[in-house]
Amino acid sequence: MKKSKIIKVDYLARVEGEGALYIRYDEAGVDDVQLKIFEPPRFFEAFLRGRDYLEAPDITARICGICPVAYQMSAVHAIENALRITPANEIRELRRLLYCGEWIESHVLHIYMLHAPDFLGYDSAVAMAKDYPQIVQRGLQIKKIGNAIVSLIGGREIHPINVRVGGFYRAPTGSELQPLREELLKGRELAIASVHWVAKLPFPQFKRDAPFAYEFIALSHPDEYPMNEGRIISSTGLNINAQQYEEYFAEEHVSHSNALHSIIKGRKKDNDAYLVGPMARYNLNYERLSPLTKKVAEEIGFPRFCDNPFQSIIVRSLEVLYAFDEAIRIIDNYQRPEAPYLETQPTAATGYAVTEAPRGLLYHHYSMDDQGKISDAKIVAPTSQNQKTIENDLRYLIPHYMHLDEDKLRSMCEQAIRNYDPCISCATHFLKIHKEKKE
Amino acid sequence: MTGSTERRFNHPMKKMPKLAVWKFTSCDGCQLSLLDCEDELLLLAEQIDIAYFMEASSRQIDGPYDLSIVEGSITTTDEAERIQQIRQQSQILITIGACASSGGIQALRNFADVKEFTSLIYAKPEYIATLKTSSAISDHVQVDFVLQGCPINKTQLLEVLSAYLNQRKPQIPAHSVCMECKLRGNICVMVAHGTPCMGPVTHAGCGAICPAYNRGCYGCFGPKENPNSASLSHWWQTELGSDKATLLENFRNMNAAAPAFATQSLKFIEADHEKK
Repeated sequence: MKKSKIIKVDYLARVEGEGALYIRYDEAGVDDVQLKIFEPPRFFEAFLRGRDYLEAPDITARICGICPVAYQMSAVHAIENALRITPANEIRELRRLLYCGEWIESHVLHIYMLHAPDFLGYDSAVAMAKDYPQIVQRGLQIKKIGNAIVSLIGGREIHPINVRVGGFYRAPTGSELQPLREELLKGRELAIASVHWVAKLPFPQFKRDAPFAYEFIALSHPDEYPMNEGRIISSTGLNINAQQYEEYFAEEHVSHSNALHSIIKGRKKDNDAYLVGPMARYNLNYERLSPLTKKVAEEIGFPRFCDNPFQSIIVRSLEVLYAFDEAIRIIDNYQRPEAPYLETQPTAATGYAVTEAPRGLLYHHYSMDDQGKISDAKIVAPTSQNQKTIENDLRYLIPHYMHLDEDKLRSMCEQAIRNYDPCISCATHFLKIHKEKKE
Repeated sequence: MTGSTERRFNHPMKKMPKLAVWKFTSCDGCQLSLLDCEDELLLLAEQIDIAYFMEASSRQIDGPYDLSIVEGSITTTDEAERIQQIRQQSQILITIGACASSGGIQALRNFADVKEFTSLIYAKPEYIATLKTSSAISDHVQVDFVLQGCPINKTQLLEVLSAYLNQRKPQIPAHSVCMECKLRGNICVMVAHGTPCMGPVTHAGCGAICPAYNRGCYGCFGPKENPNSASLSHWWQTELGSDKATLLENFRNMNAAAPAFATQSLKFIEADHEKK
């Protein structure tokens, strides 16, 4: 009988929230992989019931301190979908600018502070700063500029206060944006340097061939790299709108996790996982990146299609560059909207939206009554959608690296989890609604 | 601040005190505020040993710790045990954010009708481990300093850390958001525009951002000391025409279980019952 080995991490570091890892394997392969999420659930969908529709962006922001803008964006778009209103183009652009800020601060936090230490063998960015002071300083500088966007448009970096159903409480004047533009120009140069730096990191080889190749899922929009709008498409030909999301995707409860796993409906168990986030967006929307971003990708010889998740740090860096480029474009074309928001009247209705959070698809659905009180809410976070893919990656990774000593193999598994920048606080917001019989 | 807290901050200082950052039930936003101190983080790390901070580092140095910063509320029995251990290992313990100070937004469950949560009774065991209430850290252990806010203001966090390192009392103003409006030069949204605003009863610290962005304060920094919530509620109803639902929504959000706000929100419910 073969002897089983165990890899165990009781509390994963450098991820947002509380998760653990358990893997059992032997020479023949991996028996069991569990990305255990022990962060307690917070029941957001439960206490959204009965709340006013105008509160949804402020309440759902509190699901995640790292990506509150994503929750606010999916919330306002879903409610506007229910109310059948479309804010002016100027509002649309301003929301995109805000999202650029969050992509930058969230991605750069991950690139420099959570993920890069893995590649260079440090415990943290602070430890890394002793040997690479300029690099860590650069990361902090880029992050600060991302935060400056969110602060100016949103009112503050974490849990912004300016996002409203129908628009914003206050739209900035053009001259208020000019000092930010100066910072963004500096940030864009730093972001280019960032791409060149991450491209030289040592990347483990990892490839999932057919039939275990990734199924990438992201929004897609004909005119722009996706953020707030578009259809949900996949690398295998799916093409649906937000309202159809629940027809095609389901969440299932697994015993080892306080977060639900998302799957593609109607598939076999070993083939129902999918991947959302930077790699999916990049692979499905490369053509819509800005010319500068594509040029820098070419300079480092990075392909248009990336399926090594260890290289997602490069994709994130390219998205940071894109976000700077896009933010500058928006400011250069900025026209202050005539009214900061569209006045809304509540009606009994249901609405759906999907936006691209830094970590991938974020689905919201709300039903409300004619007084504007929310009667039902459903939220699916990117990390729930990636969980099964993360576990599968570990399953396929270990057989290739069994020759490593246990510490190295465990570190590699942790790094493989961080490839997805998992946000566990996001993934455990949910309400368990299906009753299960007590044994 | 109480006299005992002052004494605690005036402790003998080690050359490199050990800092631990702990997470309980929360969104991670308040501990992120520390990483958002882009200009100060590396400087801070030269003066204090970040010995335990899981979101930022895989290095885990054992206690005891000179200073513990605690984010999040207590929502499971495990967490209730863990906070005791942390208190025992920490010379000074500071809580950051609304979750740690008053139970946070997840404390809305504390007010829920039991019927709404019957689905939980049949859930798997790990859900049964979830407590019925979300409670503040100070409900479980002695807390040496409370920094309010959902999220906290990072400048205030730096002030607390700097006060600690310099063995002095943190300068965290205890007045209301109204004072911050005056300092910022905001026009009062309640008087000038008739917009309901929680500013008069809400603890300062945000810099009065909501009124600066043309909206009323929604109380995310929690109650100020001795707020006159009854008077504000009366004003909202008689002068601004606010309904009970609006009042309830504002007193019951990110700081719903903070005693001053909880007491006021329960009054609205009781008044409704009396009418019936």
